[in-house]
This record gives sequence, structure tokens and C-alpha cells, in this order.
Amino acid sequence: MNRILVKKELAPKIKLIEFENRDIASKAKPGQFVVIQMGEKGERFPLTISGIDPGKGMVRVIFNEVGKSSKRLGALAEGEEIGNVAGPLGNPAEIEKFGTVLCFGGGVMTGPMAYEAAAFKKAGNRVITVIGARNKELLILKDEMNALSDKLYVSTDDGSEGYKGLDFLRDILEGEKVDRVIGMSVATATLRTLCELTRPYGVKTIVSLTPIMLDGTGMCGVCRVVVGGQTKFACVDGPEFDGHLVDWDLLESRKRVYSHEERVSTLLDEQVGKDCASRFQQTRK
Amino acid sequence: MCIPLPANKKVAMPEKLKLNSIPMNKQPPEVRRRNPYEVAQGYTYEQAVEEAKRCIQCKKPACIQGCPVDIDIPSFVKALAEGDLPQAAKIIYGTNTLPAICGRVCPQETQCQENCTLGKKGDPVFIGRLERFVADWARENPEESGIFKIALPKPTGKKVAIIGSGPAGLTCASDLAKAGHKVVIYEALHLAGGVAVYGIPEFRLPKKIVQAEIDYLVNVLGVELKRNQVVGRSATLDELLADGYHSIFLGIGAGAPMFLNIPGENSNMVYSANEFLVRLNLMKAYLFPAYDTPVKVGKRVAVVGAGNVAMDAARWAVRMGADEVYIVYRRTEAEMPARIEEVENAREEGVIFKVLTLPVRVIPSAHGSVEAIECVQMELGEPDESGRRRPIVKPGSEFCMEIDTLIPALGTQPNPLVPRQTPDLKTTSRGTVVADEKGKTTKEKVWAGGDIVTGAATVISAMGAGRRAATDIDARLKNHS
Ligand SMILES: Cc1cc2nc3c(=O)[nH]c(=O)nc-3n(C[C@H](O)[C@H](O)[C@H](O)COP(=O)(O)OP(=O)(O)OC[C@H]3O[C@@H](n4cnc5c(N)ncnc54)[C@H](O)[C@@H]3O)c2cc1C
Ligand SMILES: Cc1cc2nc3c(=O)[nH]c(=O)nc-3n(C[C@H](O)[C@H](O)[C@H](O)COP(=O)(O)OP(=O)(O)OC[C@H]3O[C@@H](n4cnc5c(N)ncnc54)[C@H](O)[C@@H]3O)c2cc1C
Ligand code: SF4
Ligand code: SF4
Ligand code: FES
Repeated sequence: MNRILVKKELAPKIKLIEFENRDIASKAKPGQFVVIQMGEKGERFPLTISGIDPGKGMVRVIFNEVGKSSKRLGALAEGEEIGNVAGPLGNPAEIEKFGTVLCFGGGVMTGPMAYEAAAFKKAGNRVITVIGARNKELLILKDEMNALSDKLYVSTDDGSEGYKGLDFLRDILEGEKVDRVIGMSVATATLRTLCELTRPYGVKTIVSLTPIMLDGTGMCGVCRVVVGGQTKFACVDGPEFDGHLVDWDLLESRKRVYSHEERVSTLLDEQVGKDCASRFQQTRK
Repeated sequence: MCIPLPANKKVAMPEKLKLNSIPMNKQPPEVRRRNPYEVAQGYTYEQAVEEAKRCIQCKKPACIQGCPVDIDIPSFVKALAEGDLPQAAKIIYGTNTLPAICGRVCPQETQCQENCTLGKKGDPVFIGRLERFVADWARENPEESGIFKIALPKPTGKKVAIIGSGPAGLTCASDLAKAGHKVVIYEALHLAGGVAVYGIPEFRLPKKIVQAEIDYLVNVLGVELKRNQVVGRSATLDELLADGYHSIFLGIGAGAPMFLNIPGENSNMVYSANEFLVRLNLMKAYLFPAYDTPVKVGKRVAVVGAGNVAMDAARWAVRMGADEVYIVYRRTEAEMPARIEEVENAREEGVIFKVLTLPVRVIPSAHGSVEAIECVQMELGEPDESGRRRPIVKPGSEFCMEIDTLIPALGTQPNPLVPRQTPDLKTTSRGTVVADEKGKTTKEKVWAGGDIVTGAATVISAMGAGRRAATDIDARLKNHS
């Protein structure tokens, strides 16, 4: 179970993994995610599903190698097994014929966006896609996105390819009627910018949120976000929400809680390369 | 611990009542405050026999009526008093599949021990401790105890899916497997055991004990365990039935946390008790960074509520190095729902009780972390529908508590995932699943039991429900062959 079938590096520190899990592959829909645990000591971390092949029992994820867990996943070779994978989790995206849909995929989340955009296309929408990244080396899945969209735009933070930043979206929204905007990015600030851009145009903007998660099944509440003044658990009520109603300050603040511990974990993993003694082992009788 | 079996001496029953129980060894408070190991260390063989000898073998044993699974208490206690451990184990395991767990976490003082005849004049027989002793012995001496040797009947060819691996699911699975049915457990998490692994702390219930029970189910009874399966998302009940299961038992517990619903509660360092306990128990955050999941505990911690969950969270906070840990409760000590023993343990470990106090607002710092809570003082008024006196706010009694960690431990409610995906499963307004006394739900071929039916309750009541459902499922499966 969860054997890696294909592994590729799409860009520096961005990996694609296709693994075998028939249960998930037969059920997953765009917008849903899996929770992965690398070994019994690992933390549970979520990755959005970037595609499936029910026939082969294949599930695809695309991820940044940022800390201990994602680096360990990225270090596995084809043929190795991932350990624990639970899914699909979260609500499927609302896929309907809206008319013209603008799909924004930032960084690694271009992966799941490609999966979702394809579903919008299949549902009969005109699909405009925007892929974004910090710089041109980090742009991924351009060809795949191009093939499934009616129009593709590229944006980079530094302007090294395509448009610089997201301001050009105003021209699109001025120029034609867009019925719905969908945004995915693990960078909360980017999604926030997107929502502020679309707000004056009154276009419903759905965003996939990535708060800290633990179980992903609704039993801990760490993933709580405030949407329209109400507290929601992103893992069971989301992860997609109306971006114009999200309390972004709160989300950004809640995502930072463990940054120090994450750094400790990553540094120790790199430098010591093995588990270090815990505070309780010192007091063990 | 490996206790040699003494020769089968006959012991005379005591002539005079021994009114004082044998105390159990515990880690001293100043030691256990800083380690995660079990607080209560159990009886030695000699102590267990001594305590067992106190039982006067009542003609009409009141203790049995207090036990939700009707363990034949006088008989096992007698066998123990006579040093016949295999016999004691056999009697217990005959009705209770998880005695090492029950002996530790049952609220004995309001169940079996409450009714004990000796309790009218002195201490009751400490039945839970004796049960724990026998169960630990049996687990550690599998050859001699013989309880794990079991002849399974011929397979019936019927398949049952058990959803959830808490005490309800495990008990139902075990009974059905012993009846010869093929049993498959679907568990959402990566580890089986339910609240016994993710909720109840290591220092009250070592996880290796729960693991041993699960290994027994899988290795001896041949139950198949599928982990990482969030039923409702991965497969619906109808899909499982279409897949060839003849019956389904729902033992999915009441795992969704409740909050106070006061302003500022989404600030950082406000944990639901569930999050705090899941990080520590399931993910072993107390061993961070050897284990990857962190947990942050500040210096001044307030836990809101006074049930077992609140005591567990407060005691973990002590162990994680907090300087001051408060239990903030809106009624008084007399109304606290936690086990008395655990309240005592918490107090010994330095937990401070602030009763008749209700937080009304969380005050966050500029960085979005909790800095203080505004509280009001309460007083007790007329009894409410639960029979407990209703707390009312004292006007003008607002005050602030400076804290840096807040843990609402107000109890849990059913996770709506499965009911939402199963429209023909009737639920109550509280979200619990409607089932009759045998566990049968309104949906054909589906039974339910444990916290998902009763709301948050106890391990032993969940086990009782699992057992009753198993009996009914077995009867139906045998009739409809
Ligand atoms: C519903 C959901 C879906 C996600 N889907 C994807 C995905 O498809 N691809 C992908 O690469 N990542 C995704 N993420 C983020 C991913 O889970 C984190 O990057 C991962 O947990 C990092 O773990 P780590 O141990 O490698 O790094 P850590 O050591 O935990 O963190 C390293 C760095 O990553 C940042 N980080 C940690 N958690 C998150 C998070 N939740 N969101 C954004 N940044 C985070 C930290 O701030 C830190 O700077 C998703 C998150 C959620 C909640
Ligand atoms: C912190 C804490 C301390 C407690 N202390 C005590 C005590 O001292 N004594 C006592 O008697 N009781 C105590 N209790 C209560 C007791 O633990 C519960 O009443 C009991 O565990 C209920 O058993 P259950 O089998 O109904 O559910 P649970 O033990 O909750 O198990 C349910 C299982 O189902 C799984 N599940 C949920 N949804 C799904 C799904 N969709 N698909 C698959 N699996 C799913 C869950 O992951 C879980 O493993 C305590 C509870 C808590 C939280
Ligand atoms: S199972 Fe619980 S109530 Fe029954 S005898 Fe044991 S400790 Fe007492
Ligand atoms: S009521 Fe007490 S003394 Fe009587 S049989 Fe039960 S345990 Fe023994
Ligand atoms: S991750 Fe725990 S409730 Fe959402």
C-alpha cells in the first residue's frame, strides 16, 4: 500500500509523487486532500490531491520540500512505501457550469489547481488559468495547464517570466465577465492579495485554505478559521471557502504558531540526522 | 513483573471484617510531576491477595450490580485470595475483554465499589485494583494464564464491518470474531484504540497496554484492522454494505471538541483539550523533537472544565513544565464530574482549583496569543434539570487572570461526518445516533454503540454497548443464514 510509482523533480525543491492507493484513487475528487505520516514518529501533514487514476489506483501529490516531513517524503525512491496515508479528506470542490472560471494556482498548488481546472473544463466552463511562482525556475506544469485552459497567463513575483505580480488580473476582470475565481496557494498572503483584487468586481472567489492541521478529521480544532464571522474547521467544513469572507489576519497569525518548533525539527534533522534525546529521557529512572 | 504461581493454598475467609483497604503504591507527586509514567503502580502479588481476602463473599453481591458488564466479582476475588490467578483471569476475561484498561480507568467509586457491602462500614474492596492486577498478570504471563488460547469456531461466512476502534468497536469486534464471523475494523487514525490511545494520558493508561489488547484481537482472534480509513469520506455505509458486509457496527465515538464560544477564543495558544491531548498522547509531543509533532505549553495555563478530560489536560500541562496550572470551573468541587481519584491526583501534583469562575473573554496580545482571560464569579442557585445547582453570574464580579495558555475542556460531541453521509440514519438534535437498547439503528443492517449513541460517557459503558450489539448482530446473522 502507498508504494511510490513515479517520482519527479518538477523544479528546485518541488517534487511530484504518484503512489498507489486504490481506496483513495477510487474516491478522491478535486479539492480534497490526504494526510501523510512518515513513520511512527512522524507528524501528520496534509497535501492536496493533484490528480488520480482510478484504473491504476494512482494518487498524485506535488509538494514543496520545506521542513522535516516534506523532505523525508521527497527522499523516498520509486518502489518505496509512504507509510500512513489517510484520505480523501475535506469536501470536494464545488464543480459546476458557472460560465467563465478563472483558476489561480500559486507555486506547488499549481498541481491541485490543474486537477481542479480540468474538472471545471469538463463541466463545460470557459477556463482561464493563471500560474504563479516566485521566479521562473519555480513555475511548474505550464504545458499541462496550457493544454486544458482556454487561456493561460503566467505571473512571477520578480517578473522573470510573464507578468510581474498579480495586478494584471484587474485588466482581465475589467476586460471580460468572469463568473468565478478559484485560488490555491500555500502562501496565505498571495491568496489574500487575490481576494482583495477580485473584491471590487464582486466576483465570487473561492480559496483553498491551508491552516495548521493535525488529524484532518474534525477532532482537534487546530485548523479553525473564521469565515463570515463563524468559526469553521477547515478540514471538515473546507478546505475551500469564500475568500471574501475569510478573516485573513487570524489565519496568518494562527499559521505562525509553530514556526520556531518547525525550524528546530528541520535543523536537527539536517545536522544531527537522527533523533535526539528528549527532555524526558534525561529524567528516566 | 513476573509473579511465580504459588501452590494452590486454600485460604480461610476472614473472621473479622478488615475495614481498611491496602493502599496502592503511587509515584510521589514531586517525582511524577515531571515524568509521563504511570502514576498508580498497582498492587504487588502480596498486596493483591491481602486486599482480595478482605472480601466477605456476600450471598447477594451488590458489587456485581454496579458493574456495567456484570463481572462475577466475588468469584474472581476469591480465586485471587486463594492465589489461583489463572482462574481469576478466566472469570474476568469471560465477561470483560479489556480488563487492564477498565481496572485503571473505570469510575469504580460510582460503579462496582460504590455498592460493596464493606463500604458501608469502612473502605470497599478495591475491585478495580484487583482486576488490574489480574489482567496485568495474565498479559505478562500468557502461557500460564491460558486466556489467550482460544479455539475459534468454524467460520460462518458472514462479514461484519466495525467502524471505529474505541472500546465499543473493539469489544463488538472481539465478540463477533469469537462467534466465527469475519470482522474488519475501519479506523480513521493511524493507530487503533480510540480515546484510550489519543485521549487518556500515558500516566493513567500506558499505551502498551492498549496495544496488547489490539494485538490480541488481530493476532489471536483474526480480526482485520484497516487504519487511515475515514468512513464517510473513504467509503459510505451503503458502499460497505454493497461491498458484501452483512452488518455494520458504528463505534465512532464523540470526538469533536466543544469551545466556550467567547470572543478571542481563536487566539493562538488556545487549544481544545482534544488537540492538546492528541498532540501529547497520539503524536507523543512530549518526546519532541525525537517525535516530530510539537506542543507548546506556556508558564501559566488555565484549563476550563472539571471532567476527566480537564484533569488529564491540566496534569499534562504540569508535566510539560508549566509553573502554574489552573482548573477553572463554574460550579464547585462537589459537582465536578471527574473521578475523585483523579481530582486528588491533580491537586497533589499542584494543580490549582478556581471554582465558581467562568471565563467570558479571551484577551490576546499584539501577536495574537492569549495574554489573559476575563472571568466572572459565579454562585449556585436552584437545581437545574441535571439536579445540580445552577451557577449564576454575580453581578459586577469581573476580574482578569493573566495566563498564556488556555485549554477549554468542555467535553466533546459527535463528529457529524458519518451521519451527514448517511441520510437514512436517524440522529438526535445533539447529533448522537438513535439506537435501541440492543444498539440497532434506524438503518437496516446497521448497529451503533458507545459515545456516538450516549454522548461522552465511559469506557465500560461503551464496551457494554459493543457487547449487546454483538449479541444482537450474531443472533440476526445466525437466523438469516
Ligand atoms: C489542506 C492543506 C493542503 C496542503 N496541500 C499542500 C500541497 O499540495 N503541497 C504542498 O507542498 N504543501 C501543501 N500544504 C502545506 C504542507 O502541509 C506543509 O508544507 C507541510 O506540513 C510542511 O511540513 P514539513 O515538516 O515539511 O515542514 P515544517 O517543518 O512543518 O514547516 C516548514 C515551513 O513550511 C511552512 N508550513 C508548515 N505548515 C504549513 C501550511 N499548513 N501551509 C503553508 N506553509 C506551511 C512553515 O511555516 C515553515 O516555514 C497543505 C496544507 C494544508 C493544510
Ligand atoms: C481525555 C479523556 C479522558 C477520559 N477518561 C475516562 C476515564 O477515566 N474513565 C472512563 O471510563 N472514561 C473516560 N473517558 C471516556 C471514554 O474514553 C469514552 O467514553 C470511550 O472511549 C468511548 O468509547 P467509544 O468506543 O464509543 O469511542 P472512542 O473511544 O471515541 O473511539 C471512537 C473511534 O472511532 C474512530 N472514528 C471516528 N470517526 C470515524 C470514521 N468516520 N471512520 C472511522 N473511524 C472513525 C475514532 O478515531 C476513534 O478511534 C475519557 C475520555 C477522554 C476524552
Ligand atoms: S469493569 Fe469496571 S465496574 Fe466492572 S468490576 Fe471492573 S472496574 Fe468495576
Ligand atoms: S459487595 Fe464487596 S464484599 Fe461483597 S462480594 Fe462484592 S466485593 Fe466482596
Ligand atoms: S485538523 Fe483537527 S479538526 Fe481539523
